[in-house]
Amino acid sequence: MQTRFSFGGDEHIFAEVGEAMSLEAFFKSLFVTNAVRDAKIKGVTEICPANASYQIKFDPDQIKPDDLLTELKRLDTGSEKSEPVIKTRIIEIPVLYNDPWTHETLMRFRERHQDPNGTDLEYAARINGLESVDAFIKAHSSAPWFVSMVGFVAGLPFLYQMVERKRQLQAPKYLRPRTDTPKLTVGHGGCFSCIYSVRGAGGYQMFGITPMPIYDPNQKISYLRDFMCLFRPGDIVKWKPIDRAAYDAAVADVDAGRFAPVIRDVSFSLTDFNRDIDAYNRKLDGVLHGH
Amino acid sequence: MAIKVLKPGLATTVQDLGRPGYYHIGIPLSGGMDRHALAAANLLVGNPEGAAVLEAVFMGPELEFTEDATVAITGAELPPKLDGEPRETWTSFKVRRGQILSFDFLKQGARGYIAVAGGIDVPVVLGSRSTYALGALGGFKGRKLEAGDELPVGKAAAAVKDGRTAAKDLRGQPAGMPTELRAMPGLYWHRITEAAGNAFFSDTWKVAPEADRIGYRFKGGKSLEFVPREPPFGAGSDPSNITDACYPYGSIQVPGGTEPIVLHRDAVSGGGYFMVGTVIAADMDLIGQLQPNTPVKFVKVGMDQALAARKNRAELLGKLRTALA
Repeated sequence: MQTRFSFGGDEHIFAEVGEAMSLEAFFKSLFVTNAVRDAKIKGVTEICPANASYQIKFDPDQIKPDDLLTELKRLDTGSEKSEPVIKTRIIEIPVLYNDPWTHETLMRFRERHQDPNGTDLEYAARINGLESVDAFIKAHSSAPWFVSMVGFVAGLPFLYQMVERKRQLQAPKYLRPRTDTPKLTVGHGGCFSCIYSVRGAGGYQMFGITPMPIYDPNQKISYLRDFMCLFRPGDIVKWKPIDRAAYDAAVADVDAGRFAPVIRDVSFSLTDFNRDIDAYNRKLDGVLHGH
Repeated sequence: MAIKVLKPGLATTVQDLGRPGYYHIGIPLSGGMDRHALAAANLLVGNPEGAAVLEAVFMGPELEFTEDATVAITGAELPPKLDGEPRETWTSFKVRRGQILSFDFLKQGARGYIAVAGGIDVPVVLGSRSTYALGALGGFKGRKLEAGDELPVGKAAAAVKDGRTAAKDLRGQPAGMPTELRAMPGLYWHRITEAAGNAFFSDTWKVAPEADRIGYRFKGGKSLEFVPREPPFGAGSDPSNITDACYPYGSIQVPGGTEPIVLHRDAVSGGGYFMVGTVIAADMDLIGQLQPNTPVKFVKVGMDQALAARKNRAELLGKLRTALA
């Protein structure tokens, strides 16, 4: 995997590890950015891993752009020797699929969608060759997803499905982006799912909503007191389909300050995962549910 | 002391020099879009350069002061009035307790900076008082000002003189038409044809109505022609799509190849559109002062020119510091 480097003006170096998304490209971008962080290079101000690329922001008054580029190339090549194993977390995210709030929103912006006569879930099910919305929800929620990037807006995770490429769900973005998306919408565009951390514009298909806050600028929610954003690149997410009653109960728990998310520490090996994906995912499920 | 907001203006926010270090989780730098003007406003009232000020866009607020204060307005030509009496921009002046600061119609530029001796004393969040409205973070309750808000003001360091002025040649505002924005081609430049690349730099663009703290959109130039490709897995089928990646500040994305968007201080940190290059850091302040419909040309530069421009901009601020020391 040959990384392509480019200066983004006089303050950024942009590095494309792969044009296409893959867990290999993501792991490399994660390892290189970790190495850059550990190297504590003078003048480096932001270290941003992304899906299949990464970006370093720097102060050219403190380090010459060419010197930083040379150093990055060295770290980029060196990272290939790393064993693709990370210590990370697996997080369960409850989802009310086909919820009334994203439904109201998707109807409001129907003229911007590929299929004005259906819903986003019906459309996504059809183009992925699944016989029903229920089958689509099962496909979406049965395997875990990798947080391969955090960004766009504060704390928003991009999620990459942990199945063979031929089984990965794909859907185009809206023809024209919406000006509104409910907060905590579970969306999907290209091969990525996401959770909208704040209300606002968006172009991803909308499948459901989670009652579990993932961003709290006031840091009042118990598990967001240490830091206002829940997700870090490398986290693993498992969706848990819930019904309306469970959704309402979870929202009440969040409001009362007693919502306890299911989060477990786990070690992930890309080599072992690639050897037998389904077996590895069953093992991850076991870690999550303690069996 | 405090400032009562009688009328908020269009989108007035508390800003300082920003919140670096959190872009990797999608929290942008924020801070004044015209950093030079923000620093100048602070220097005029004896504040540290990075004290929190109000950034008013297109239209000024109406503010009542509960104590005596010294203020200065810089950036756009947004003429201040004190109890209806005109005051100069780029010049510090006294405000007495109970007086009302309001503004005349915008004459030039886009964003005015209102500094008060002592600085706007909202809580520091992640190292900054800047407002990031999209994330409801920082500033005054994470949002633009509303009528009825009461802004706390810090204690001024020492007695502040009024009548201090920043000379015209030290203001660093956009000059000439069209405004020239220097940009380094790069990032996904290879995705467009040579002819499209040439047209991008030779066309005159105009600022579109969609121009805010997140980014400025431009229209009126020729659509970009793409080099054909097989879409990479994960990128999406449109020729302007990429596998979602980070966006540099100042990067120029062109969704669908039609209207370029230059990301600014409240940038979305990443996404799935290709970028043709990046506006150099020295010219980012100028963008913050562009009104819709302003003609703009992108001027192709390399790293050496970008660094020279950076040095010039830093020297301008240096001269201003010396002049107001």
